Amino acid sequence: MSYTGERLKIVVRNLNVYYGKTQALKDVSLDVQANKVTAVIGPSGCGKSTFIRTLNRMNDIIPGARVEGKITLEGQDIYGNNVSAVEVRRRVGMVFQKSNPFPKSIFENVAYGLRINGLITRESGSLRERIEKALADAALWDEVKDRLNTSAFELSIGQQQRLCIARALAIEPEVILFDEPCSALDPIATAKIEDLLRDLKSKYTIVIVTHSMQQAARVSDLTGFFLLGEMVEYGLTSEIFSRPKDKRTEDYVTGRFG
Amino acid sequence: MIWRAVWTSHGPPSYFIKGPKGMKFMPCSYREWVIERLLIAAAMVSVVIIAFIIITIFRTGLPLIAEVGLFDFLFGMHWRPGHEIFGIFPMMIGTLLVTLLSMLISVPLGVLAATFLAEVAPDVIRNILRPVIELLAGIPSVVYGFVGVIVLVPFIRTYFGPPGFSLLAGSIVLAIMALPIIITISEDAICAVPKSYKEASFALGATHWQTIKNVILPAARSGILAGVVLGSGRAIGETMAAIMVLGNIPAIPDSVLDPIRTLTANVALEMAYAPHGPHRQALFATGIVLFVAISILVVISNRLRRGQQL
Repeated sequence: MSYTGERLKIVVRNLNVYYGKTQALKDVSLDVQANKVTAVIGPSGCGKSTFIRTLNRMNDIIPGARVEGKITLEGQDIYGNNVSAVEVRRRVGMVFQKSNPFPKSIFENVAYGLRINGLITRESGSLRERIEKALADAALWDEVKDRLNTSAFELSIGQQQRLCIARALAIEPEVILFDEPCSALDPIATAKIEDLLRDLKSKYTIVIVTHSMQQAARVSDLTGFFLLGEMVEYGLTSEIFSRPKDKRTEDYVTGRFG
Repeated sequence: MIWRAVWTSHGPPSYFIKGPKGMKFMPCSYREWVIERLLIAAAMVSVVIIAFIIITIFRTGLPLIAEVGLFDFLFGMHWRPGHEIFGIFPMMIGTLLVTLLSMLISVPLGVLAATFLAEVAPDVIRNILRPVIELLAGIPSVVYGFVGVIVLVPFIRTYFGPPGFSLLAGSIVLAIMALPIIITISEDAICAVPKSYKEASFALGATHWQTIKNVILPAARSGILAGVVLGSGRAIGETMAAIMVLGNIPAIPDSVLDPIRTLTANVALEMAYAPHGPHRQALFATGIVLFVAISILVVISNRLRRGQQL
């Protein structure tokens, strides 16, 4: 389903994913629009995490995972023969369910992506600037600017999650995937991340998996509803929540199951 | 740990106390109590043995150290038991050098092998290599010494110069013997690194090698170091293979091709010729030095494995 007049960032066609003999996704086709927040909702085990992990080829590192179908990023097949997973992941960043900073300083956590991608020369001035910018974009700079060299583990869980966002922003990807980023956070920390998502979409394309329908309604422009590995319905968030076309979607968003 | 078990089970066991509703003595709890005591007793056996060993070597060795003087004993350059001159410095240097040199060989090899096993090897290869490495740990040290004498010593004599029995030969043999420990403990440490670190690194566009080098190995560092320390303990403590290939001359070597004698070799070689008197005491005193060195290494290793700061 596509909406004319919008720029498409990622186009997914007939995606099937298998873990060994189990089929986790069945024939999913979906368009991700540029500079929009796309939410993926559905009950546990519906394949929504599997789905976003195909968008940056994170499923490649799971033994036995097999991906069929076509996914293009700006028209380029990300599973194509001449495309490396490393390059895809540099362009499509990811923030995980559980905050996972490295056991390094706050500074080094953000610098990591820049260093390994060779995006920084040895001039520490420009490195510092880019780190400040990434932390500022993740709404964390003011809280950590005086202790950049302390361990990332000394931050609260909510701050750690924003650090992970800063780390993803630092290498300036085109798309950022969020895999239930707030499931371990309290309401205040969650609100901060949701504010952040709304700010970030002017520069980035965002796909967020969430088990919270309220969160999807608050932050997203478009919503896809997944059930048992199939995408049941995809459309404007306002329509999915007010006028769902499919009975199963209606049952889910009105809280009849899930 | 054993002590903690003893202390916490002090006082009457809770299952003998009447419950709030006046529960009566339960027969199955008595069995629990007996089994618990048996386990504590079993654990105590090793404590008793260690205590006995410590008392024996210290009681025999300490008087000699007192007589010779700790400084002269540790830093004396000459070992002439016939003249009652007991200086173990050349042998301390010998032990130190052979340990350092063997670690220089086995640490890079061991850590790379562990990385390969934990991160790179497909299951088929891993399932072949793991038992082989465990087998390597089970081979008696005399066999390593034998192979050293038959293969390594003549090789060094022919290609590097006589006598062949040398610091180099010993270092290579001890390096091979320390490898299984270093590989096994390092591999455990690498496998214990949370998968989420690896995912985070991959998601930032890192290659597998970049992830290993910058995230996984640094995160596993303390565990790997624990393996290295235990491996050096193995090299320090090894006796049979050391005697067979090191040449056993108690002098400070000028090159890696010179023969040396280690502390363990000193004790093993001369015990039979020292039935009593100061000579025998001096060998026990050598044992004290070894005991202290190994204890320090074990403490360091345990602390590293628990991730504490030194």
